[in-house]
Amino acid sequence: MISSTALLGAVELGLIYALVALGVYLTFRILDFPDLTVDGSFVTGGATAATMIVAGYPPLLATGVAIVIGSLAGICTGLLHTKGKINPLLSGIISMIGLYSINIRIMGGAAVPLHGEETLITQIYNFFDHNFPFVAEFSILLVMAIFVFIIKLIVDWFLGTEIGLALRATGDNARMIRSFSANTDTMKIIGLAMSNGLFGLAGALYTQYNGSADTTMGVGMIITGLASVIIGEAIFGHTTVRRATIAVIGGAILYRIFIAFALVYGLTPSDMKLVTALVVIVALILPQIIGKWREKQRYSKRSLAGGDKGAKVGGNQ
Amino acid sequence: MTKVLKLEGINKVFNRGTVDEKAALVDINLHLAPGDFVTVIGSNGAGKSTLMNIISGTIFPDEGTIELDGKRVEQLPEHQRAPMIGRVFQDPMAGTAPTMTIEENLALAYSRNKKRTLSQGVTRQRREMFREALVSLNLGLENRLNAKVGLLSGGERQALSLLMATFTNPKLLLLDEHTAALDPTRAELITELTGQIVARSQLTTLMVTHNMKQALDLGNRLIMMDQGRIILDVDEEKKKSLTIEGLLQEFERLRGEKLATDSVVLG
Repeated sequence: MISSTALLGAVELGLIYALVALGVYLTFRILDFPDLTVDGSFVTGGATAATMIVAGYPPLLATGVAIVIGSLAGICTGLLHTKGKINPLLSGIISMIGLYSINIRIMGGAAVPLHGEETLITQIYNFFDHNFPFVAEFSILLVMAIFVFIIKLIVDWFLGTEIGLALRATGDNARMIRSFSANTDTMKIIGLAMSNGLFGLAGALYTQYNGSADTTMGVGMIITGLASVIIGEAIFGHTTVRRATIAVIGGAILYRIFIAFALVYGLTPSDMKLVTALVVIVALILPQIIGKWREKQRYSKRSLAGGDKGAKVGGNQ
Repeated sequence: MTKVLKLEGINKVFNRGTVDEKAALVDINLHLAPGDFVTVIGSNGAGKSTLMNIISGTIFPDEGTIELDGKRVEQLPEHQRAPMIGRVFQDPMAGTAPTMTIEENLALAYSRNKKRTLSQGVTRQRREMFREALVSLNLGLENRLNAKVGLLSGGERQALSLLMATFTNPKLLLLDEHTAALDPTRAELITELTGQIVARSQLTTLMVTHNMKQALDLGNRLIMMDQGRIILDVDEEKKKSLTIEGLLQEFERLRGEKLATDSVVLG
């Protein structure tokens, strides 16, 4: 069986990954832009935060700067795509590759450990340990949950503003929203900046939670985010933006719990990328298979019903 | 009086310098006075859609000037001209955002001629305004403000597109065969709505259509295009007495003349 500590850890990690899921939701779902920059900007966020913390800056400031740097990476990808007319996937890959070198420059090496440094995580824990020792064990969970929920509310609010609506329309029907005077290039850049800002934030928090930043921690982040989005939407529904944002957060947490169980039953952390890839493949293909199966069911029902209509449908196919 | 739209000496060639070179628009001069409702007819490839795209800014002319409400716009990208231009496309899917709700779509339309800000797109006050506007369509959409537009029928979507395009009383309304993809009953409904909305707000309108009857029923002026040129411009007086047969005869006559001159040149 899985230990309660492992479960708690999975949920805490899930809350950090919820930010990743929200970022992927913004690009993949809202903008219809599969942005691969995020594999790099996640690390950039972590690298920035870790390097600044080691240099003695307050963790909160380091985390804030990580958000800004992440957003800048998103803006680069946006400019490559909109002004440079480079295909979305390729723009993201270009940024991601460029960021790999930048991340090593920021860290001055392949990794920055945070041994004994004060981080947001230790600050939160110590604060609760001093003032409310009875909940100290759950302090990270509690604070992260509230924080992620606030981020969700901000995303919801933004997507309901005039600019937010234009951004959603850009992903939905770009031609239409241009004819309603929105600059779709600007909208894409704003969306990518927000998404990568979230990834920078997630990377910064992950680093502080994990105790180190390294160049490989962002590998497959887009697919992890995508898995969370797909799982969340499938289980919790996505009829409205508010519903979808809470769903992808739920998806991220469930996904981490799922991983925690997989680890208990003999898989190693390095197997997880494959597991994630398989989850996404199944999640993408299953709906198609179900759809076809349902269609077949309907068809055979109609054929069985007989009569002109059934015969005609059969004749056409 | 200033013209709402002034096209002068517009030329556009596609695939210049290749075997597929095609003169899409040839020396187009067109002036629209405020309140003009001009219908545009012509066979496939006559340049009707290119004309619409040149005016709205999705493509740019090789030569010539475009003035909108006294302002030169031929260099401006589409989204900068769009505050002044309402447009409805042929495809009912094209004019609305399918995964967004009816009220969100109307909010997009409402922001057309304003700077988009971080204030909420749908407020209680605006919702009332949207509801009232939807009542005028007579389709019951005012009771479905939170329905996703993708769930509406083609006719409903096109009616909504029309409402959205005209919501902020644009200087110019472009209708690009906006009833062509609908069944006859729905097409009739949209044609009727178009007449009502344009009359109510006295919108200056340019409407492309394949339907001769529609071209004669609607509007106060009619132009006919062929091979990138405007070959016939019928004013209000003459348009009243024009029939479909008359129009067809005129078309044959003008085309014949042109063919004759061509063969003289070639001969």
